Amino acid sequence: MRDNKTDVIVVGGGPAGISCAITIARAGKQVVLIERGKFAGSKNVFGGAIYAQPTREIFPDFEKTAPIERKTVEHKFALLGEDDGTVISYKEKPDENASYSVIRGKFDRWMAEEAQKEGVILVEETVVKDLLLDKGYVVGVRTEIEEYYADIVVLADGVNSLLARQIGLRNTITPEDVALSVKEVYKLPENIINERFHVTSDEGCIYEIFGGPMLGMLGLGFLYTNKNSVSIGLGVTLSELVKKSLRPYELLDKLKLHPEIAPLLKDGELLEYSAHLIPEGGFKKIPKIIGNGVMICGDAAMLVNNMHWEGTNLAMISGKLAGETAVIALGKNDFSENSLIRYADELENSFIIKDLRTYKDLMSGIGARASHFLEYYPQKINSFFKMFTTTDSTPKRQNYRKFIKSIFTDRKFTDLPKDAWCAIKLLWSILIK
Amino acid sequence: MEYIDKMSNLDDKLYTVKYTPDTESHLLPVQECCRICKSKICTVICPAGVYSWENNKLVVNYENCLECGACRIACETSSLGWEYPKGNKGVTFKQG
Repeated sequence: MRDNKTDVIVVGGGPAGISCAITIARAGKQVVLIERGKFAGSKNVFGGAIYAQPTREIFPDFEKTAPIERKTVEHKFALLGEDDGTVISYKEKPDENASYSVIRGKFDRWMAEEAQKEGVILVEETVVKDLLLDKGYVVGVRTEIEEYYADIVVLADGVNSLLARQIGLRNTITPEDVALSVKEVYKLPENIINERFHVTSDEGCIYEIFGGPMLGMLGLGFLYTNKNSVSIGLGVTLSELVKKSLRPYELLDKLKLHPEIAPLLKDGELLEYSAHLIPEGGFKKIPKIIGNGVMICGDAAMLVNNMHWEGTNLAMISGKLAGETAVIALGKNDFSENSLIRYADELENSFIIKDLRTYKDLMSGIGARASHFLEYYPQKINSFFKMFTTTDSTPKRQNYRKFIKSIFTDRKFTDLPKDAWCAIKLLWSILIK
Repeated sequence: MEYIDKMSNLDDKLYTVKYTPDTESHLLPVQECCRICKSKICTVICPAGVYSWENNKLVVNYENCLECGACRIACETSSLGWEYPKGNKGVTFKQG
């Protein structure tokens, strides 16, 4: 046996990699977690909020000690026109399935420290350049300075996963398969945040933002309240930005100027600007997630449910399942694809693949009629409320009739049945098969 | 809207980002491919404005890279060499 060898190497200290590594360490096996940033979380960006239930599966008591910002009590769905908007607000009575806003630079770092306490060997500031192969098996990694061997290598190296590509498990990713997200965090006093969002110091609010500068595009804006700051950002499918030749930060600047959003950020001081890719290819773009001596988790496996803003939870649970499989494979001393297939099976039986399969046709379906679903209808909803709230001494019946007539005359007559058919097909694919 | 104007300059945005720059680029365009590339889309979609087309050459301000990877995927000629910066280099997000 080589002296520079361990049981498992996990590449990438994000939610997937940490969850995988800690699961393996808890079973008494040796695991090395390699992170390329200065600390775990330093290269990571998300909206964002984490979800209590899946996080508890990895860290049962995290609510007591983890660096949490605010517990979500309000969800707002903002449907923005060019300069108007309709906002639906849901006030939640948080239960054990709550979500929390966190800052990745603090939270991921905390998770990695907890993992170290349980025996994970964390190696930071180290880039894995290549995977080492022997007789068709992945047997280790080559970093910038050395070669390191393991029975199993887990790739949790994020959306760009250069390593999965290197060993041919992952097909070429196209601009349709990812969203480019830009985000800005604004410092605001705690009491101002509480007043603006109608929350107490422990409570938080999430905005999901449709339309506005993203009208007609597959894109989504978001706003999260932290303790002393507000995160605002948006993600737009890269292919839309390419097609329309748009600068992502200019879209974000426009969103910040929208009358529905601007007052929320007023007088904020920009703390940090960031950007990240979100894997959005969905079910059809999940790569081959196992090979001889190797498994892929989290963003690297394209495990994101964009319809429900879920990513870190899929990352954590996929990491945990891969970790459990690694432990069993170590027990059997069998690291072949046939042995690691347990991970693929467990993933298949979990909510992760089930949910991604549920939404497999959603993005392509909506994307095909983007100018209708993502521009016409949002505008129409706003114009309905404009009509409903306007007092101009015209008879109401006349306004109603005019509005209803416009639905049939705004566009080609055939668009309405086409949309209805598309909606039925999508509903069918979501609910039935 | 003075407070918004203040937020809207890319240089001001990038000024908030903590970088540990390397002395060599981790982004390696193949200039022959860039010359025949019609869209030069990297000069548009990059969230850090890393790329610019100057004097018939793609200029790469790799020090500003946010390491998102969008340029690699959007590259019209699929020719852009894209690696992670060395382990102790590149961007460090504190608020991500």
